[in-house]
Amino acid sequence: MKVLKIATAGSVDDGKSTLIGRLLHDTGSLAEDQLEAIRQSSERKGYDYLDFSLATDGLVAEREQGITIDVAHIYFSTQTTSYIIADTPGHVEYTRNMVTGASTSQAAIILIDARKGVVEQTYRHFFINGLLRVREVVVAINKMDLVDFDQEVFEGIKAAFEELTRKSPFPEQRITFLPISALQGDNVVHPSGRLPWYTGPTLLEHLESLDPAGFTETGPVRFPVQWVIRPKTADFPDFRGYAGKVYGGTLKAGDAVMLLPSGNCSKIRDIFFFDAPLEAATPGSSVTLTLEDDLQLSRGDMIVKLGEAPRAERELSATLCWMDHKPLKEGARFTLQHHAHKVLSRVTSIESRLSTDFSGGTSADGGLHLNEVGEVRLELAREVYTDPYREHRENGFFILIDPLTRHTAAVGFIS
Amino acid sequence: MNPLEHEAIYILREVVAQFERPVLLFSGGKDSITLVRLAQKAFYPGRIPFPLLHIDTGHNFPETLAFRDRLAEELGLRLIVRHVQDAIDQGKVVEETGKYASRNALQTTTLLDTIAEFRFDACIGGARRDEEKSRAKERIFSVRDAFGQWGQRNQRPELFDLLNGEIEHGQNVRVFPISNWTELEVWKYIRQEKIALPSLYFAHQRPTFVRDGLLWAASDPIVYRSLEEAVENRWVRFRTVGDMTCTAAVLSRAETLDEVIAEIRQSRISERGARIDDKRSEAAMERRKEQGYF
Repeated sequence: MKVLKIATAGSVDDGKSTLIGRLLHDTGSLAEDQLEAIRQSSERKGYDYLDFSLATDGLVAEREQGITIDVAHIYFSTQTTSYIIADTPGHVEYTRNMVTGASTSQAAIILIDARKGVVEQTYRHFFINGLLRVREVVVAINKMDLVDFDQEVFEGIKAAFEELTRKSPFPEQRITFLPISALQGDNVVHPSGRLPWYTGPTLLEHLESLDPAGFTETGPVRFPVQWVIRPKTADFPDFRGYAGKVYGGTLKAGDAVMLLPSGNCSKIRDIFFFDAPLEAATPGSSVTLTLEDDLQLSRGDMIVKLGEAPRAERELSATLCWMDHKPLKEGARFTLQHHAHKVLSRVTSIESRLSTDFSGGTSADGGLHLNEVGEVRLELAREVYTDPYREHRENGFFILIDPLTRHTAAVGFIS
Repeated sequence: MNPLEHEAIYILREVVAQFERPVLLFSGGKDSITLVRLAQKAFYPGRIPFPLLHIDTGHNFPETLAFRDRLAEELGLRLIVRHVQDAIDQGKVVEETGKYASRNALQTTTLLDTIAEFRFDACIGGARRDEEKSRAKERIFSVRDAFGQWGQRNQRPELFDLLNGEIEHGQNVRVFPISNWTELEVWKYIRQEKIALPSLYFAHQRPTFVRDGLLWAASDPIVYRSLEEAVENRWVRFRTVGDMTCTAAVLSRAETLDEVIAEIRQSRISERGARIDDKRSEAAMERRKEQGYF
């Protein structure tokens, strides 16, 4: 089964919710009762068209204010693919939601209002998608109906955006430009007769052509131990299995492995998925491993292939996206969570604050505020086993948890 | 490989690793039955390391209760049942009256009392984001305060697959391992895994009456019915299984899993289109969640 996770980003009024509503409607994913609720609600608000944003804005406050506040997850499917859309709000103050949506997505749609072109928000959206190394980006130039489906407008915005991509730290990112009208349905699911100069795929056709399996960047295998399974039953008196998820590459039965932090070596005896032994476990699979040797691992330990050790670090440099209302100060202490491993940590210095318009870093004056991105250095109480995020998208991130409020205060990308 | 299945197993393992006293909220519906199957897979060859909890409104379909007891026995699981009737008898909640009387909302009090009684710190539920628009905003680990309330304005961001289960004493987390599944994906999984379900989910003949365009199960005196509301035997099935006062039936002749799946694919009505409890207002679910509902 193919599952594609997509994050959407757009400024206020770029028509993001309308686009999602249009995708749902034109793929036949909106049921009669949902459609009827939208019809009635649109009528109550005095609109002479169907306001599809009502399908996605789930909270009372959102419907009152006509804006999206929190990440919503929307589902629809075609014959070949199940789509999960993380609909993330576009306001300046909700950068944290955009980062959150992008972190779980394999592709991103950035919306641009054809009348306004590339605006400051577009920089931010593209910057975040670059920072998180989202492989596929679709730039949907919306409201083409309001610029008479003019090819020159489209090409102008495309050229302005391509200017931005020259500054991107992630040149391998694939970027596709599409002209659409979400409100009127042009080139979203169905091709449009009003865009004769455009010969490419519709938005849905383009999404259908993406292969999420190909997005998983392969690299060294990382297997953080999540949980130790010891049934101690009559049938399995001595069974000791290590439950966890495979990151980065493929593990095979018989592979020679190294265990961290002990540095002990062993071999994989069996890979179980439920009651069936597997030859191999591919990235993203949740399996249970048994080892040839009787070595005692616990949660937070990591199994890697022999000769493919990650870096063992007690000091980290990282790009941090700050997500808490309480600003970050130098010297502050946090619980750092890297996969199943939690260690105490201290932010020793805030090196710079990064501007999300690609203009580079400035002095952070010892603090980072909500929704700001900065370069920091951290000191850890124990070693963690990491890779740089740009080399290994699955083993190069962590979160910081405030020990007092227990909130997730930041996400970090290891340099 | 089914990525949604692997994701759910990963989440269940995080729950037992991060919490001391998890519990699975079991309604006898297809989603919680699917969760039990996923938990079997997550901890094999070990046993499922948490009990099942059912909050019984006293208005449940007898088929659901019989199924619940059989499943727990077959898998050797500990089953905890608490009754809304007890909270009514103790005067903690007041029974609704009138045409739409339901104990659906009253369950919250019993649930919160039971969480306190057993000091559960993580409650695993089968809610899915595609079900309802305020659920679309749920986290996988959804932190509830000491009053069980959902603070939608103050939810923790969930980055990548990292789940932050740190809570204060007295708080609990609601966990939704099948957040990203749709109704159809649950059904396809049930077919693939050959999971048994209560007979309510398949077409059967049942005395029903029509109210507000929905088919209500006739069950005097639990479900209020006026003299004008005439009962008729109809071929129906249930798409969701709440109790008798909050779930309506749909006309159906789908007697097998294949037929049910074909019917859902063609259906022009959403899964919760037959949920009486959601019809109270546009924000019915959000309001209940703020009060500590599932």
